[in-house]
Amino acid sequence: MTFWVTQALNGISFGMLLFLLAAGLSLIYGLMRMLNLAHGSYYILGGYVGLATIRVTGSFVLAALAATAVVTLVGVVMERFFLRRFPEQELPQALLTFGFLLIFADLSLWLWGGTPQTLPKPEIFERSIRIGAIVFPSYRLFVIAVGLVIGLGLWWLQEGTRLGAMIRAGVDDAEMARGTGVNVGFLSTAVFALGAFLAGLGGIIGGPFVGVYPGADFEILEMALVVVIIGGLGSLKGAFVGGLLVGLLDNFGKALFPELALFTVFAPMAIILAIRPTGLFGVR
Amino acid sequence: MKTRLASGAAALAILVALPAVLSSYQLSLLTKMLIFGIFAMSLDLLLGYAGLPSLGHAAYFGVAAYTVGLLALRVANNFWLDFPAGLLMAGGVSALFGLFALRARGSYFLMITLALGQVLWGIAFGWRSLTGGDDGLPSVPRPQLPLPWALTEGVPFYYFVLSFFALGAVVLWVIVSSPFGRALVGIRESERRMEVLGYDVWRYKYVAFILAGLFAGLAGNLFVYFNGFVSPSYLNIVFSASALLMVILGGAGTLIGAALGAAVIVFLENLISAYMERWVLVLGVIYVLVTLWAPHGLVGLVRQRLGSPPA
Repeated sequence: MTFWVTQALNGISFGMLLFLLAAGLSLIYGLMRMLNLAHGSYYILGGYVGLATIRVTGSFVLAALAATAVVTLVGVVMERFFLRRFPEQELPQALLTFGFLLIFADLSLWLWGGTPQTLPKPEIFERSIRIGAIVFPSYRLFVIAVGLVIGLGLWWLQEGTRLGAMIRAGVDDAEMARGTGVNVGFLSTAVFALGAFLAGLGGIIGGPFVGVYPGADFEILEMALVVVIIGGLGSLKGAFVGGLLVGLLDNFGKALFPELALFTVFAPMAIILAIRPTGLFGVR
Repeated sequence: MKTRLASGAAALAILVALPAVLSSYQLSLLTKMLIFGIFAMSLDLLLGYAGLPSLGHAAYFGVAAYTVGLLALRVANNFWLDFPAGLLMAGGVSALFGLFALRARGSYFLMITLALGQVLWGIAFGWRSLTGGDDGLPSVPRPQLPLPWALTEGVPFYYFVLSFFALGAVVLWVIVSSPFGRALVGIRESERRMEVLGYDVWRYKYVAFILAGLFAGLAGNLFVYFNGFVSPSYLNIVFSASALLMVILGGAGTLIGAALGAAVIVFLENLISAYMERWVLVLGVIYVLVTLWAPHGLVGLVRQRLGSPPA
């Protein structure tokens, strides 16, 4: 019993982290039809910048602010000065973003070395919460709470605000949205910045339990892609449900079948691709 | 047509003569260029002709390399068994993956080919008892053929690879110049028009997908013999993406461009790794520079100089 509850909790918290990453990937794809291969880089950049800030200031909150600010800026620069030149051209976009993935990976290795590192948790979450015989690490509960809050915030942004309405219009038909006076160029930058922000936040949130290390960028990118494929591209709900599903599959897969760990995530993806190529909640 | 045949024959003559002037180290580098050239040309069939940008092409290269490696190490080092088995596995996997991937297009095609490729990477990485996991398969022996020269020597092995390269290039060239190849170009330019003209577009793309997988498998077969070693890194996204880069750098839609792009990347990796540790950083910058300034590749740049429009 304890095993199942603990593993489920771990799976859900990892799922929430994946949701942060997949949401950005999915929104960017939805609006610009673009696969941002550098999305995993935002995760490790967030983690490393956060770590450097904590070492200097000792504050988790300041680390979160610095990391998200830096990563958002990186995202804006990539969109404004590079990706904007290749609208609707998937191959140049893929090559550019893959180039940035390699550049950030090697720069991180250069600056921060090859040893896997974990961010220190905020002090108030160092302890565990005990309910009956089961012990919950409180940080995991915090991660789940952050995921839920961000999820609600994004849902409100998309459904309840003017910006969200413009994004939805852009996702449905960019040409038409432009015709009705929506500034799609600004919207692209805004969505790209939001996606980078969420991934950078993921680096901070995931830093204490997943850690940051060379290769984490690729792993996180792949997991987020699987989430998006399962959940459906362009769908926030898909990113959320897909994130939970993949988080749980990954955790139980690693615990129960260590040799086939990755396979427990990829096999369901292949099945969903075969039955529903657009994913669980995708429209197209 | 005549000038192409003549320049092809001239290139082949140079490649045949080169071992006379190269050191054994340079020859092994050239052998690697030829193998990666086959790999890049196989992807060019998909990307340059059919317009399908696969980000999982390493899957077929890697699956063939692992098949040959496993058979040679665990069953028998028999060329007539191992080599066809490698091709068969590459063709089989591409036939399977094609069923999934060809339901998508554009960025979604990139994403699905990437994800499918990573499935195999995951298996090779995780299934230690079969594949050796992270450590890969070491000391794969070269085949023994009834020839007067041993393939363990550099020069005979170079000619062994060169004959497959020449054969592969000719077969691919026949394919892209055939009505089938022209139809692929038509599909790249406008799928809808080809459908209206009565072409079974899906079937054309599917056959191209399998053929590309087979030729990638040929490169994988040769590579495991060349390198004597295969690891999961020959199945992953970095290797798949580098194949895309080779094709774009040389010039998509021209087989010679793809082979040239492969040669340039192999050469640069070797040169830069000898002087500094930051090859990955340089490679990343090459991706960005090629995308920004040479979208039609080296062949495109040459054509621009000569005043003819890029392909």
